[in-house]
Amino acid sequence: MKRILSILLENEAGALSRVVGLFAQRNYNIETLTVAPTEDATLSRLTLSTIANDKQIEQITKQLNKLIDVVKLVELTEGEHIERELMLIKLRATGAQRAEVKRTSDIFRGLIVDVTSTTYTVQLTGTGEKLDAFLSAMSETTVMEVVRSGVSGLSRGEKVLAL
Amino acid sequence: MPRLGFTVSIAYSADIMHILRTLKVEMLSGGDILIRGLQEEDVEFVFGYPGGAVLHIYDALFRQNKIKHILVRHEQAATHMADGYARATGRPGVVLVTSGPGATNAITGIATAYMDSIPMVVISGQVQSHLIGTDSFQETDMVGVSRPIVKHSFLVKRAEDIPLVIKKAFYIATTGRPGPVVVDIPKDITNPTDLVPYEVPGKVSIRSYNPASKGHTGQIKKAVTMLMAAERPMIYAGGGVILGNGCEQLTEMTRQLGYPITNTLMGLGAYPATDKQFLGMLGMHGTYEANNAMHHCDLILAIGARFDDRVTNSLNKFCPHAKIIHIDVDPASISKNIDVDVPIVGPVDTVLTEMLAQVKIVLPKRTDTQHSRLKEWWEQIEGWRRQDCLKVIKAKGEEKIIKPQEAVSAVYKVTGGSTYVTSDVGQHQMFAALYHPFDEPRKWINSGGLGTMGFGLPAAMGVQVAFPDATVTCITGEGSIQMNIQELSTCAQYGLPIKVININNQSLGMVKQWQDMQYEGRHSHSYMDSLPDFVKLVEAYGHVGFQINDLEDLEPMLKEAYAIKDKLVFVDIMVDPNEHVYPMHVAPNGSMRDMWLSKGVRT
Repeated sequence: MKRILSILLENEAGALSRVVGLFAQRNYNIETLTVAPTEDATLSRLTLSTIANDKQIEQITKQLNKLIDVVKLVELTEGEHIERELMLIKLRATGAQRAEVKRTSDIFRGLIVDVTSTTYTVQLTGTGEKLDAFLSAMSETTVMEVVRSGVSGLSRGEKVLAL
Repeated sequence: MPRLGFTVSIAYSADIMHILRTLKVEMLSGGDILIRGLQEEDVEFVFGYPGGAVLHIYDALFRQNKIKHILVRHEQAATHMADGYARATGRPGVVLVTSGPGATNAITGIATAYMDSIPMVVISGQVQSHLIGTDSFQETDMVGVSRPIVKHSFLVKRAEDIPLVIKKAFYIATTGRPGPVVVDIPKDITNPTDLVPYEVPGKVSIRSYNPASKGHTGQIKKAVTMLMAAERPMIYAGGGVILGNGCEQLTEMTRQLGYPITNTLMGLGAYPATDKQFLGMLGMHGTYEANNAMHHCDLILAIGARFDDRVTNSLNKFCPHAKIIHIDVDPASISKNIDVDVPIVGPVDTVLTEMLAQVKIVLPKRTDTQHSRLKEWWEQIEGWRRQDCLKVIKAKGEEKIIKPQEAVSAVYKVTGGSTYVTSDVGQHQMFAALYHPFDEPRKWINSGGLGTMGFGLPAAMGVQVAFPDATVTCITGEGSIQMNIQELSTCAQYGLPIKVININNQSLGMVKQWQDMQYEGRHSHSYMDSLPDFVKLVEAYGHVGFQINDLEDLEPMLKEAYAIKDKLVFVDIMVDPNEHVYPMHVAPNGSMRDMWLSKGVRT
């Protein structure tokens, strides 16, 4: 089952490697990982997605909490949450394909952020599933390059992850 | 992104220095600040080995006399010495090594301490800050290399940061579930010509680190109710009880309840082994009665133990009838391998004190039915005890041969159980655990989690340094002892009168046992046919050496060895090379009660 963890981490040298290393060392897997400093410069915020059953995710959160540099963490997928991922996708767009790419991109509320005579680069945000759906809708088109940011997210409503 | 760079130390101008001096702020070098920091932590001993990156620190050590430095012959031994010191005293062990090979040599000892949750602070020198990352001479990314085997680590970036880093390192190493902490210090940070203001830090608090200070009262109540309702209860106590100083509470509560108790390999000594409620060690080489009682019980009270694979055998067959209460200071140990019914996160001493108080209230309310059920349970256990699983079996014609079990028993008999015992890893370790009863905590010191051969001698040295007048025994084998035998030289330098009991079966006994049992006796590289003459070898180091070949010489010669109080005596005991350790779990796919009881005989 897909799980999304949101982690507040000390913004210290080597802190990120402790998190990543823990996953490798304990045979957990990281599906996606995004990280950046927060409005409080002493903290970084990570969003990490992984595949785990209930028992595994309990161990993962306990082991993460043991890391001295981990200040707080929450499993977003435990409750109502918002998740977003950004994708940039460069597509071959010539001839009849050109209009088709544009149309599909509009349907998915994508933005065409770069245009050449033979390519379109589409920017798309949404859940991972939506990005996957866009990719499969583009199966007739030549995909030249894809880059995805990995999931970022937070809880809905009043619930916050903060100090 | 996380900061990855370094802050270069500020050079203090003459003006600022003058102001600081008039303010009576002490100006010290990083090296001196480090030593001050260790003194502030009441460090008695530092175990280490000098080298380029720590020369400034060694000079600072030279210019003081509060902290004694013990010079080892290999950095691995420094970590094991600090480890032995920590296990025997309960205080953190301190190690000082240089960068590169000094640091990497320490890794095995750090991993050993990590697996057994031993408080340790390892200070490693690092190349100068500006050289980091350039593959400079004797450079190793020590923080990176040690990352998976430390509780935490620090790379010091400014001399001014040293006092707080040291304070945090000791705080983290000794609180909660203890463990090793690495402090990596680049050489320029300890430069004697760069003076910075020195301030003693106050109390440390780390916002992301708050180990539990007491257990949940509601959970403790629930546990006590379950304890009273149990018909076939079993107490399973591990090394955490010793580390958390909860042995007195454990002993009193066990006696009050009248329940059977078993200790893990790491927990031996937590409950007096000669007491009748003690069923011996459990697990892969546990006793018949302990493993059977575990398998058949209806309630396990697990305290400071972690349901290790060497305890449980197959997880899906583990204790099928048991509800489980688990007390541990580390929440990640709870329900890691085995799901538990009542988790209690907290330090064993406070949790057990609270639990004991509640037990005392409810005990008088025990009904006759409860009493008779407990009696029935004990009768069943006594039946398993009558199996006498540790009986030494000798064939005809073997009268003169020394069995390794007899060697261990003789040590116990000769010393009257007064000695600290450290061990290495292998058959002799299991024989020591099974045949030498420990009535007190911190007297049995072995590498349980990592299983580090080479641990025994340096660990014994750490104990002897801490307790110069105590009798310290290292039970080892001819394989293990050679993994750190160079430390005999350190023993000579510091006059450490350890008694080394070498259970010599001329092969890597445990490996050979497994090859006998699982590989049709194909002894692939488990035999050593070029063993040194240990007596001559230890004599070359300036020690006393004995060799014992006959059973009738065993006790008299051991008495002679232990009578030599001021010298290290190495006793090379030639034992039956074909002996196996039993009982032994049937694995894979066995339960706790599935055991081999002797060669070819299983439950």
